[in-house]
Amino acid sequence: VKDSMRGLAVFISDIRNCKSKEAEEKRINKELANIRSKFKGDKALDGYQKKKYVCKLLFIFLLGNDIDFGHMEAVNLLNSNKYTEKQIGYLFISVLISENNELMRLVQQNLKNDLASRNPVHVNLALECIANIGSKEMAEMFAPEIPKLLVMGDAGDTVKQSAALCLLKLFRTAPEMVPLGDWTSRVIHLLNDQHMGVVTAAVSLIEALVKRNPDDFKGCVSLSISRLARIVTSSYTDLQDYTYYFVPAPWLSVKLLRLLQNYPPPEDTTVRNRLAECLETILNKAVEPPKSKKVQHSNAKNAVLFEAISLIIHMDSDPSLLVRACSQLGQFLSNRETNLRYLALESMCLLATSEFSHDAVKRHQETVVTALKSERDVSVRQRAVDLLYAMCDRSNAEEIVGEMLTYLETADYSIRGELVLKIAILAEKYASDYTWYVDTILNLIRLAGDFVSEEVWYRVIQIVINREDVQAYAAKTVFEALEAPACHENMVKVGGYILGEFGNLIAGDARSSPSTQFQLLHGKFHLCSPPTRALLLSAYIKLVNLFPEIREDIIAVLESDANLRNSNVEIQQRASEYLSLARNSTQDVLATVLEEMPPFPERESSILAQLRKKKPAVEDAIRVRGEKQQQRPASGAADGAAASAAPIAATPASGGGGGVKLQGDIAGAESNTDSDLLGLDFGGSAPAAAAGGGGAGGGSVDLLSSILDVGVSSSSSSSAAPSAASGASAQRKTVVVGAGASGSIVGEENWHKFVCKNSGVLYENDILQVGVKCDYQQSSGRIVVYYGNKTPAPLAQFASVINLPDSSLTNQLGIQVKPVGDRVGASEQVNEVITVDCMAEFFACPLLNIRFVYSGVAQSITLKLPLTINKFMQSSEMDSATFFQHWKQLSQPEQECQKIFQAKFPMDAETTKTKILGFGFSLLSNIDSNPANFVGAGIVQTKSGNIGSLFRLEPNQQAQMYRLTVHSIKPGVSKRLCELLETQI
Amino acid sequence: MIGGLFVYNHKGEVLISRVYRDDIGRNAVDAFRVNVIHARQQVRSPVNMIARTSFFHVKRSNIWLCAVSKKNLNAALVFQFLYKMLEVMGSYFGKINEENIKNNFVLIYELLDELLDYGYPQNTDTGVLKTFITQQGVKSQTKEETTKITNQVTGQIAWRREGIKYRRNELFLDVVESVNLLMSPQGQVLSAHVSGRVLMKSYLSGMPECKFGINDKVIVESRRAADSSSAAGATKSGHIAIDDCQFHQCVKLSKFDTEHAISFIPPDGEFELMRYRNTKDISLPFRVIPLVREIGRTKMEVKVVVKSNFKAVTKVEVRIPTPLNTSGVQVICMKGKARYKASDNAIVWKIKRMGGMKEWQLSAEIDLLNATDKAKKWTRPPISMNFEVPFAASGFKVRYLKVFESKLNYSDHDVIKWVRYIGKSGLYETRC
Repeated sequence: VKDSMRGLAVFISDIRNCKSKEAEEKRINKELANIRSKFKGDKALDGYQKKKYVCKLLFIFLLGNDIDFGHMEAVNLLNSNKYTEKQIGYLFISVLISENNELMRLVQQNLKNDLASRNPVHVNLALECIANIGSKEMAEMFAPEIPKLLVMGDAGDTVKQSAALCLLKLFRTAPEMVPLGDWTSRVIHLLNDQHMGVVTAAVSLIEALVKRNPDDFKGCVSLSISRLARIVTSSYTDLQDYTYYFVPAPWLSVKLLRLLQNYPPPEDTTVRNRLAECLETILNKAVEPPKSKKVQHSNAKNAVLFEAISLIIHMDSDPSLLVRACSQLGQFLSNRETNLRYLALESMCLLATSEFSHDAVKRHQETVVTALKSERDVSVRQRAVDLLYAMCDRSNAEEIVGEMLTYLETADYSIRGELVLKIAILAEKYASDYTWYVDTILNLIRLAGDFVSEEVWYRVIQIVINREDVQAYAAKTVFEALEAPACHENMVKVGGYILGEFGNLIAGDARSSPSTQFQLLHGKFHLCSPPTRALLLSAYIKLVNLFPEIREDIIAVLESDANLRNSNVEIQQRASEYLSLARNSTQDVLATVLEEMPPFPERESSILAQLRKKKPAVEDAIRVRGEKQQQRPASGAADGAAASAAPIAATPASGGGGGVKLQGDIAGAESNTDSDLLGLDFGGSAPAAAAGGGGAGGGSVDLLSSILDVGVSSSSSSSAAPSAASGASAQRKTVVVGAGASGSIVGEENWHKFVCKNSGVLYENDILQVGVKCDYQQSSGRIVVYYGNKTPAPLAQFASVINLPDSSLTNQLGIQVKPVGDRVGASEQVNEVITVDCMAEFFACPLLNIRFVYSGVAQSITLKLPLTINKFMQSSEMDSATFFQHWKQLSQPEQECQKIFQAKFPMDAETTKTKILGFGFSLLSNIDSNPANFVGAGIVQTKSGNIGSLFRLEPNQQAQMYRLTVHSIKPGVSKRLCELLETQI
Repeated sequence: MIGGLFVYNHKGEVLISRVYRDDIGRNAVDAFRVNVIHARQQVRSPVNMIARTSFFHVKRSNIWLCAVSKKNLNAALVFQFLYKMLEVMGSYFGKINEENIKNNFVLIYELLDELLDYGYPQNTDTGVLKTFITQQGVKSQTKEETTKITNQVTGQIAWRREGIKYRRNELFLDVVESVNLLMSPQGQVLSAHVSGRVLMKSYLSGMPECKFGINDKVIVESRRAADSSSAAGATKSGHIAIDDCQFHQCVKLSKFDTEHAISFIPPDGEFELMRYRNTKDISLPFRVIPLVREIGRTKMEVKVVVKSNFKAVTKVEVRIPTPLNTSGVQVICMKGKARYKASDNAIVWKIKRMGGMKEWQLSAEIDLLNATDKAKKWTRPPISMNFEVPFAASGFKVRYLKVFESKLNYSDHDVIKWVRYIGKSGLYETRC
């Protein structure tokens, strides 16, 4: 009785009875004050009270109020041994405590305790809470623990079930946190578990894991098949709790079937036969009379059936199963349930692409066509269109296209555009008779002109031009179509183009004499938009060439103010150019300039690409399957082909713009349509190229940049090329590893200056000045490289790459570059920021490769980056005792380096001092007995530790020689420091 | 103009719906409910545009009154009308609540027919409306009566009918002011203004003409300029500067403009003669001195002193807000009763009889609960006061009210006049 929490019930009913928002607010305020006083009060609250108040807070929070106290009490509840109290505590925590709350630590401790508890109920509560919070932190903390629970021998069923689901959740939030270990193989065996709940949970987990690395879980195929077999052969009385409306374990079956779709059909024949049997049983069950009239029964049964059919389609290997699936789906086509019809059509779409079941699908053509006409639901009609498209082949193309055309008249606006594309593609793909094709497309334009995209009518023109046999027919049909009182602008475009090219072929007929043709076209002129008018003008000038007798009429039209002084530049220019062409040139010139268009190069229809753009998922599925069918052995070949085709498409692109302008002009005004008609299809092939390169690319810009990339980095290093090319993501690689210094290094003498100073000019020639400014703090540094353009012209394609000549440098230095833009304007200066972290001591020197194009000539400069180990050295002060102590400690032969060398500069003590201080060492006086000697210390700071170094420099004025001794903890360092310092003095 | 008018209860159910124009469809009713009444975030703007339709609403207790229009109309006019309508409904059936509206919905529809015509506001005067819309059963009216009503409603003095007769000619005048104040903790006045109303209740026979005199600077000075001899001895003080004022439609504005005289023929019964606003030289009736001390994170001490600056006994209520994480309050006060009201998050201190020129103190200790979220600091809302004092804080004075009735034989002396001043608290707040 006490557990019913009467106070909570009263409070909730009070809130419900509130007449207004204000009243509700008042009631809540009162309750909050009450809870606060209770929590604050001196009397300790017992578990029941705490639970009640926490519950109330939870309720208030869920009403939309902020709660900023009570968290501690909720966490306290976790310590209770009572289920209800623990449960409310966990509930509050998973709803209210944010990830970065400081109480989270306490909560995690509690979770840990509960996970280790012997009471399965407590373990379950903890697992639930972990899953509900499901944060990255939780994953980090518990992901390694939970698999143990999952495969522990004596764990209860409910624990295993919760553990699997919890792990699934963590895996979804942070897949990298979940370690894959030996438990993975044992998790597969959960498929054999006695308890169906455990199996269901495990299947979900396994499927998620399989998606990441299918190879590790190959074993689950046979296990899940045998499990599936046990379920489908069992009668609904066997599984008791797991039977849903007479269907044995439908969820589990669906999950198992889905899991199997991640793998190819099993190779082992016995296993394969077993699976085939299962699928057959499922298909058999579908035809059995239903055991119940309830909708739940049929829903569950059909869910299993559809998943089985998807698996059949996925395997695509057993003809009999495919045909059976198809006939089963055929029955659904006339089902009363809209959802079933939709699903049946969708699955059939996939079946139609399989070679085994294509014919079987074709048998249902009539039903599908009726569905198209009589279906009430637009989404189902859409699917029907898809299916018709998928089942179409040479034998039934005319029929299907005819049906689609009739449907087009009444089709919904939402699917018209797609329908038009599909008709256009089918008509082209399966056209045996091109007069039929021309008829179809013209019909299409007539019926749904607004939905006919540019590509469709470009295509019809391409085909007419390439096929001599249809030209006359096309001209005649177009002429007739134009005679209709109202015709679509697209029709006028096609008509203008075709009559301009082939008007002469029908000029013999009195009904379509040259002047009639011209009058007909010009009758539409004033109704059209400027681009079409421009096209018509081109058609007119073509007609001048074909029929000299109507020249005067056409000149009159071109001369009219409406054209010659049109506000549209394109029309005006065409009119004036064509006018002088018509007036002044001889027939010979005319004939040459206005020659018939050459045939277009054959290529893939651009319409197809458009359709794909519209519905990527479905179309790709169909296309990929189609390709698989055609070229089973190498399914990737298509992609490869696309990739190799891309550069070919790209090369003429640059030249294609201007050279063949007149040809393109005839077809359309805009330059992008030009290129399209000329067979360059820049926009279309660019993504293909990018995709071929390995990544998902964007538009044509991507292509450009990736070409650029290949150009830049392949010349700098061979190994960099593939990596840069694969980076179709347009982000240029700025740090290249392991490339040999290809170009000769310039500016070496300047580089030496930088050993002791941090800013100055690193390199300078007539074009470019490279300045450097660095500052270092402990183990990290920032190098700002200034590129100054000294010329009055911009430097194009500017790029800089940092080469690490020694591959070990990658581990020693962490380099990050904030790249510059690809252009340095005239007399402009840009800067590039390089941040460097010194991970460990390093000896080689990174190279900076600069490339740019100056007045058309590519330039390349390789510089040594002034980054030496002493930059990370900090001077350190010490007294003579410590100095000698350290000196002695570091006197092992490999730690010591001594050099005697000729002085390179005048031996001035002051200059030498400045240089040594600039180098990074301190100068310690009163240590060496000889005051002329220099002694100092410094610490090289790296991320992996500090390296103390000491030195002693003894000048010999008479001989102009130095003796330099460096002691350092790390053997290489002393040598390197010695070398560096030697060059300076 | 107004396309439609809807009345909702707090649940968003439509109680009254009247559409005046065709451009407002039924879906407008739902649009307002969904987007304003049931909005996720409380909608604070009284004007809302939903799908190119403007919704103007006022809320009275739990009732939403909403005017709808597709046109770009004068919002001030709409609100003036809505408030007028509330006033009319109030005078017909008292308090405006769901039950009263449900009980009187026939009457309300009848009123709406008169108040608005094709969306244009018509007659909104209660007195006139009551002559032909009654709550009693339909009384068959003779032809003469109907013509009389028509004549009167369309005539020059629409607000008063002829032939009124009283045995005792009486006149009540109330000057009601609400005092608004915002004061800094140090006692500096941050903003203060008084908005006042002159309410009149007239029981006068015939068609009397009244003249009303107040101590406004402009009026007084113009008067003085007119007859300089009499004003020579008058003191300069005692005049107030009214910022702006507005009059009932019965006041002859032409006379006010030329002669600075307020002259009118009053409607019968109760009406609001004028409204004014004043911001200068306000005598504040009370002074609140707060002292808030936060002792650590779990305790707070509050001391509040209230001083009265006038000579009279009144009822006062002081409201002291408490932090949102208050877990307990101990209050000690020298006079009156003080209680922590958790539902309002405030300490309410009531003094039934606050003497004049007195000073009382309250001190409270507030226990706080440690909040988990430290980022949110308490914003310290101001301490507010509620009171009613028997004088006008602005210094507004009625100098005279003269009644002239030429046709009937009673003179100014025969009229019994009552004048009363009431100063109420508006938003009377002191920051702490």
